[in-house]
Amino acid sequence: MTKVSSKHLLGIKDINADDVHLIFNTADTFKEVLNRPIKKVPSLRDVTIANVFFENSTRTRLSFELAEKRLSADVVNFSAGSSSVKKGETLIDTVNNILAMKVDMVVMRHPNPGACVFLSKHVNCSIINAGDGAHEHPTQALLDAYSLREKVGDLKGLKVLIAGDILHSRVALSNIFCLQMLGAEVAVSGPATLIPKHIHSLGVKVMLDFREALQWCDVVNMLRIQMERQDIQYFPTLREYTMQYGLSRQLLEEIGKKDIIIMHPGPINRGVEITSDLADGEDSIILNQVENGVAVRMAILYLLAGKPD
Amino acid sequence: MKSLVLLNNTQVSLTLDRLAYQVFERHGDLKDTVLIALQPRGVHLGRRILEKVKAFSNKSEVPYGELDITFYRDDFRRRDGVLIPSSTNINFSIENKKVVLIDDVLFTGRTVRSGLDALLDFGRPETVELLVLIDRRFSRELPVQPDYTGRTVDVISEEKVRVDWSENNDKNEVILFSDIQNDEG
Repeated sequence: MTKVSSKHLLGIKDINADDVHLIFNTADTFKEVLNRPIKKVPSLRDVTIANVFFENSTRTRLSFELAEKRLSADVVNFSAGSSSVKKGETLIDTVNNILAMKVDMVVMRHPNPGACVFLSKHVNCSIINAGDGAHEHPTQALLDAYSLREKVGDLKGLKVLIAGDILHSRVALSNIFCLQMLGAEVAVSGPATLIPKHIHSLGVKVMLDFREALQWCDVVNMLRIQMERQDIQYFPTLREYTMQYGLSRQLLEEIGKKDIIIMHPGPINRGVEITSDLADGEDSIILNQVENGVAVRMAILYLLAGKPD
Repeated sequence: MKSLVLLNNTQVSLTLDRLAYQVFERHGDLKDTVLIALQPRGVHLGRRILEKVKAFSNKSEVPYGELDITFYRDDFRRRDGVLIPSSTNINFSIENKKVVLIDDVLFTGRTVRSGLDALLDFGRPETVELLVLIDRRFSRELPVQPDYTGRTVDVISEEKVRVDWSENNDKNEVILFSDIQNDEG
């Protein structure tokens, strides 16, 4: 009999390595379930889950919804665009109203960092962070680490480069916490304007030279430029960005880099941060990440849907 | 706590032989027969029955799978913490097969109920039979009865029956544990 150490999944920062291994081992069994003729188990049949999305999402929301349905939970979806939030309702009121309809868990994405932490202090249910602003995106980091574990086994000593728009990326922060917890070395690369000022204090290498960084790493996780979060101009043009920090077959050949695992949290801007032949090539585990996302999220939901208070 | 050996190594061995012979006797050519053991404790029994059935029937292959029922339990969210699931390995369809479901101890019947639910996700079997090493017949909470029984024991709910296998122990043994005082002296 065992448990995760937290009632919520607010960020990787709030869980420990034992929790991560428990999530991974549970995800292994769900992966097997997903390969059965009937890809569904009745575990959460008495649980209702609300997916509350204050920000757009395709992959994460679909992945959560599939995970919930394959665990037989009842699912309600809510997106800010078509809701009373526009009429001036507060976050706590919105969620408490949802909970009043006997909802047991909330999966939330919100544009403000810390929104899930705030909510967890004011409402009485398990909350899973599906991304809060530029803060954390814990389920993405877990599925990234899970996909790497599947590909290489132990992550200890593995050199992982996260490249691109680090400043606006919640994926980067959660990945850094998660990978370091599992013993991997992490470096970041990108235009100096898109590297957060004190990121080295997290024990992360900063390598502004993308070619040098590629030489160093075993794995590269290419992030998207988050235009929607950029209020000022961080680099001259997209074309120049691609020339300096875009990953292409030509670049890998030029620097003589073989054996590299390529990841991307999606959505991909093809031809900007990565070329199509690499994204779809055999070094890429991008679609494995998506596939594993459902199993990892099933594991998280299953482990957090423990005994009600 | 008092303990009593219900079946010793030799007796376990004889019982396994008998159970395997009974399966062979009832299933004949084993054409559509598949053996499925319940995780985690039924698989030690399942692997032994499989070897013996193969030996008695002179067949090199009898389909055998291992089924985990954790996600089908009826007490999820009614107990603290969660149970860690074991792996499921069934890489064949059980559609129209004659399934022999195998577990070590039949107690309340709830595990078998979950097992039946889990099994149906792999197809619609023609028949399902239940094989157990130990049947605690007065402890049932659901109407489940075995088709092949190693030994029937009459014990009360507070007493524990444990099956030790040579993988984890030095020999195969079935032990009854009891902390009930015997007033009759």
